[in-house]
Amino acid sequence: MAQDETVTQDETVTGEWLIRGVSVVGGPAADVHLAGGVIAAVGPNLAAPGAAVIEAAGLIALPGLVDLHTHLREPGREDAETVLTGTRAAALGGYTAVHAMANTEPVADTAGVVEQVWRLGQQAGYVDVRPVGAVTVSLAGKHLAELGALADSAARVRVFSDDGFCVADPLLMRRALEYVKAFDGVIAQHAQEPRLTEGAQLNEGEMSSRLGLAGWPAAAEEAIIARDCLLAAHVDAALHVCHVSTAGSVEIIRWAKSKGWRVTAEVTPHHLLLTDDLAAEYDTAFKVNPPLRTQADVDALRAGLADGTIDAVATDHAPHPIEAKETEWSAAANGMTGLETALRVVQRAMVDTGLLDWAGVADRMSARPAAIGRVAGHGQPVEPGAPANLTLYDPGAPPAPVDPRTHASKSRNSPFAGMALPGQVRATFLRGTPTVLDGKVTR
Amino acid sequence: MNRHLISAGDLSRDDAVLILDTAAELASVAGRPIRKLPTLRGMTVVNLFYEDSTRTRTSFEAAAKRLSADVINFSAKGSSVAKGESLKDTALTLEAMGADAIVIRHPASGAPRRLADWITGRVVNAGDGTHEHPTQALLDAFTIRERLAAGRDDPRGQALDGVRVTIVGDVLHSRVARSNVLLLTTLGAEVTVVAPPTLMPHAIATWPGRASYDLDSALRKADVVMMLRVQQERMTAAYFPTVREYRRRYGLDTDRMALLPEHAIVMHPGPMNRGVEIAAEVADSPRSTIVAQVANGVTVRMAVLYLMLGGATEGEA
Repeated sequence: MAQDETVTQDETVTGEWLIRGVSVVGGPAADVHLAGGVIAAVGPNLAAPGAAVIEAAGLIALPGLVDLHTHLREPGREDAETVLTGTRAAALGGYTAVHAMANTEPVADTAGVVEQVWRLGQQAGYVDVRPVGAVTVSLAGKHLAELGALADSAARVRVFSDDGFCVADPLLMRRALEYVKAFDGVIAQHAQEPRLTEGAQLNEGEMSSRLGLAGWPAAAEEAIIARDCLLAAHVDAALHVCHVSTAGSVEIIRWAKSKGWRVTAEVTPHHLLLTDDLAAEYDTAFKVNPPLRTQADVDALRAGLADGTIDAVATDHAPHPIEAKETEWSAAANGMTGLETALRVVQRAMVDTGLLDWAGVADRMSARPAAIGRVAGHGQPVEPGAPANLTLYDPGAPPAPVDPRTHASKSRNSPFAGMALPGQVRATFLRGTPTVLDGKVTR
Repeated sequence: MNRHLISAGDLSRDDAVLILDTAAELASVAGRPIRKLPTLRGMTVVNLFYEDSTRTRTSFEAAAKRLSADVINFSAKGSSVAKGESLKDTALTLEAMGADAIVIRHPASGAPRRLADWITGRVVNAGDGTHEHPTQALLDAFTIRERLAAGRDDPRGQALDGVRVTIVGDVLHSRVARSNVLLLTTLGAEVTVVAPPTLMPHAIATWPGRASYDLDSALRKADVVMMLRVQQERMTAAYFPTVREYRRRYGLDTDRMALLPEHAIVMHPGPMNRGVEIAAEVADSPRSTIVAQVANGVTVRMAVLYLMLGGATEGEA
């Protein structure tokens, strides 16, 4: 653990940083010199006169994290989150880029909306905000949105998703997968067969049977994933599967990848750690879609992430105001915040269990999501010449209970509230400029 | 006894027997010229009903009044999703008006459990969604104990060890079935649930007792058969092909009733669909306890309120 991270010189003199004694992606301690927005040098005992110094012994340097699945809520639900508060939360979680989901009000199905979100992200300046475009107009699943206009807009949209809703119509899904090939796009599917999940409230199993809550069967996710993998193969297009939640889904994706098909997948931190028995007291903090599953599913998801079947951890950060959760279970909103706890959860679920090393974490939380989202300048190795997008993480910070009241997110619906999680994000750099220092946002 | 009565699973065997014994004592009051006891004088019981249920509300109202409690009936149609006040705000309002206990009926499973987190008074679950209806299970247990012991020993102090109970119908959506499986198992009964596979909970294997798709074989060994109501909305949602076929495979008619052992009784929580899950001749037969169940409902609910509110007053004084 770092004894002293006090910045010894005013950064504004040169804008340069010397991070001393940091473990680069879990490797041996080295110094990292940031200058001109890029990584200038990595090596032992670097000299960088004029650079602000961070003593980082005990910390791990990771490439800045990239989230493929973030609900920033703006425009429309600024009571739950704004681009400013959401990206501040992202920076505190170690992120340097996030994909803003399309289910805003109005929906991000026109160039105007995605450009607005993109500009708000630039103005906030904490992370690069990459808007996700809707696949269908109003997320209604009837007509394709003007995907080309979204791709050609200033926001340069490459990821398209109706997240929150499944593109259930198989023909429409096929067309979407095909159409976005023209501009190297990817369809990120929320896999949920709608008829099999009418009124669904909780994973269909022992808990739903006992609690009298309508079941959300694993097969309703797996059936769509299997169908979409076949469609993606047929038209040689890129499919990305959002928030995989079941053991069966992992198997199907593993099979699709073994065929060489262009299928990628993400898992959320909460599906890596939490199970449906947490719903026993109808605590709506644990209501999410897809629902929390069983321990067998959690184990399969961890194994899938470890062996690379699942490419990425994505937060599905879904902020909600208090009144949306302070209700009976069936009336409560689905979703959980996650940006500020993701890396700590991944440490506990994957690293402390020996399933993934820090290089693996860098791959699943930065390199691969950046590649899937076609995000330039992110997810690159911590090497000279790479943009200085960097996270300094202290895995030795003693486990501390999560307190959502201290979060930068505007919402408090963390399922990890009160849970002791290890680790702490100490600093985040976006193109050489710190957005977080000493665990606090810099402005 | 717990502070609240949310699930039949919250009751220990001793708790359950105590409630049944207390109900037996209170039943004698019903035979007196003046039926009221002063036990809960000055206390306020609120019936907070989000679903129409004249039957259950009236039963709780009668129970509270016979214990001299003040009763406020508050019916709030629709859930909090619809426009209007949230469940929490409604509960806080009622508590501010001095409610010592809230008896809640709600279409959402778990609503009473949520309520218990928000208020300091007692919560009694009077039926929540497709979750539980614990006082129905208590009155059913009381009825079983009374009827099967008839002409024999004083049932007081007794549980239901070895009694074979068959519960038939829409187990998946039945709060009555959930509470009865839990309570009757706690009391030592051997419970079998019978339903078409489409109306059996997905994880039925994790429940106590046995499950069967075959009504005829389950009837031959039953001391008690409990028929569940088939809700109108199930009849149109492809759980079974037609009402006619349901009646043929899972309805209790006179031919099937003849399969029952001589001493066996027939129960139904009401309201019945005569001619669907139960034939009129069966409902009106001497085996039927349907009217007794209603009468026992009042005394069992008196016992619950008495033990939760009266016992608490003495204990905390």
